[in-house]
Amino acid sequence: MDYHIQQLINGISVGSIYALIALGYTMVYGIIKLINFAHGDVFMVGGFVGLFSTQILEKFLPPVPMFLAALIISMLFSAVLGVLIERLAYRPLRGASRIAVLITAVGMSFLLEYVMMAIVGPQAKGYPGIIAKKTFHLYGEIQIDSNQIMILAATIVLMLVLVYIVHKTKTGKAMRAVSFDMEAARLMGINVDRTISATFAIGSSLAAAAGVIFGMTYSSIDPLMGIMPGLKAFVAAVLGGIGSIPGALVGGLLLGTIETEVSANGFSTWRDGVAFLVLILILIFRPSGIFGKNIREKV
Amino acid sequence: MPILRKLGTFWTFLASSFVIYGVIQLLISTNAIGDVAKTTIIMIGINIILTVSLNLINGITGQFSLGHAGFMSVGAYVSAIMTLDFNVPFPLALLIGGTAAAASGAIIGIPTLRLKGDYLAIATLGFGEIIRIIFLNTEYVGGAAGLSGIPNKTTWLWLFLFTLLSVIMIQNFIRSKHGRACIAIRENEIAAEAMGINTTTYKVIAFMIGAFFAGIAGGLSAHFFYVISPSSFGFMKSFEILLMVVLGGLGSTSGAILGAIVITLLFTALAEMPELRMIIYSASLVLMMIFRPGGLLGTKEVTLSFLKKKEGNPHDIASRSA
Repeated sequence: MDYHIQQLINGISVGSIYALIALGYTMVYGIIKLINFAHGDVFMVGGFVGLFSTQILEKFLPPVPMFLAALIISMLFSAVLGVLIERLAYRPLRGASRIAVLITAVGMSFLLEYVMMAIVGPQAKGYPGIIAKKTFHLYGEIQIDSNQIMILAATIVLMLVLVYIVHKTKTGKAMRAVSFDMEAARLMGINVDRTISATFAIGSSLAAAAGVIFGMTYSSIDPLMGIMPGLKAFVAAVLGGIGSIPGALVGGLLLGTIETEVSANGFSTWRDGVAFLVLILILIFRPSGIFGKNIREKV
Repeated sequence: MPILRKLGTFWTFLASSFVIYGVIQLLISTNAIGDVAKTTIIMIGINIILTVSLNLINGITGQFSLGHAGFMSVGAYVSAIMTLDFNVPFPLALLIGGTAAAASGAIIGIPTLRLKGDYLAIATLGFGEIIRIIFLNTEYVGGAAGLSGIPNKTTWLWLFLFTLLSVIMIQNFIRSKHGRACIAIRENEIAAEAMGINTTTYKVIAFMIGAFFAGIAGGLSAHFFYVISPSSFGFMKSFEILLMVVLGGLGSTSGAILGAIVITLLFTALAEMPELRMIIYSASLVLMMIFRPGGLLGTKEVTLSFLKKKEGNPHDIASRSA
């Protein structure tokens, strides 16, 4: 029993990273119905910006403020990157066929990966352990380490900020309106293009935060690290119900837990397969996900 | 050219194909071209089979599939096992591999083809990855290290025959009643259903035919490179095939062939600089979609029909709506 509770804790910390990435997928999909394949690579770029800024800031700041500063720099950088990607690659294709936009997203994803590889080289880079690793014993065999606490705290804070932005600010209201009905929102005087940019900025900065946290947890990052977490975060978004913000969180945590349980029971080589199996089962039996609404197709 | 006009485009196509075959066979047997050029030619042939078959699924039937590398791997593994462990003759092994790929296409297609657009793309991507992970975890086929020591049986003759047969068979399918049903599904699924087309059946048929030829291509590549491993059939491979199809023009068989040739040559030319290659590849993909989303040829076909009297191409959207 203790063992499973331990795996649950581990699963939740992995799942938090998926959840942070999944939020960007779900928000973008909710607004422009695009699977932003480049999102996983924004996560990767975020990780690298975090790494570079810690290397520079190391000399000036103590660990905890340095971690926060690196996190914020990386989030701001990725927000700009996300807006640029949308502006350069997706906006010219507004109104084009879905396949054209999807292929552009795939192209953008490769472009980010290999430009980064040209800059930093294909080898994995070590990530400094910014916060000294401490392990706390909770009850019996169950333990939680400082990294896991940090992941949970960061995820909860970012989620609260996100909920505040979406529900209490004007931008958030515009985002909800555009995702509900783009044309009607435009008629009501909402600047749709700016709202879409804001969505990309928010989603990308959450992915960047996940990138920094991922780097600190697994202590190494490389230019292709965004592919698998990106795809799995998409699975998480579909699992929770794409377009739904609480869905992305629940989907991410659930997927993280399922994966750790599968690995813990001795099937670690099947771990990636299980994520895709979950995806296919969800798509076949409940394509709208846990929190999604059913939409009837009209002629 | 009155003689050619009398013979018709099909026979002209066949005759010119055999001329190409003869020229390349001559170049190979006289050692006029090196190993790199020979590998490139073989790769072009394999890629043509892959793109033409993916074009049937994505371009003609309009079902966005990202799992083509998965079908390719089924064909590669099954045909390799056939020649390695059962001493099956090479062409038969390829057909068995193709049949196995078609069966996996049916298993994947029947549940997922109810999905549309992005969801279908992601579901096929997921299935492609699952196939890869199954091979990765099967000790019988070497697991992560892959299967090695496959006899080198893919000669230019076999490659040429299978490429020609794939192109002709798929093109004939597209131009048949069934092909028109598939195009109707692409244009408007609900309208097609209202016209009495059994959309599910046709989608699964197109999927299975596409998977069959992808399996053949997998078998050909396995018997050329001696070794296959699960990592070479990831979704990167699927995207690569998709890029070729999109570059040539989604919905055009000749476009798919053109895309396969152009990208394979580009890849060989840039083989020295793998990172630059990927940057050029992805940037061209993005620029292509922004400035020429239909691909080089769009849905047009380059045929030899200029030899015949002018007539509209039934697969060209522009001439149909006029």
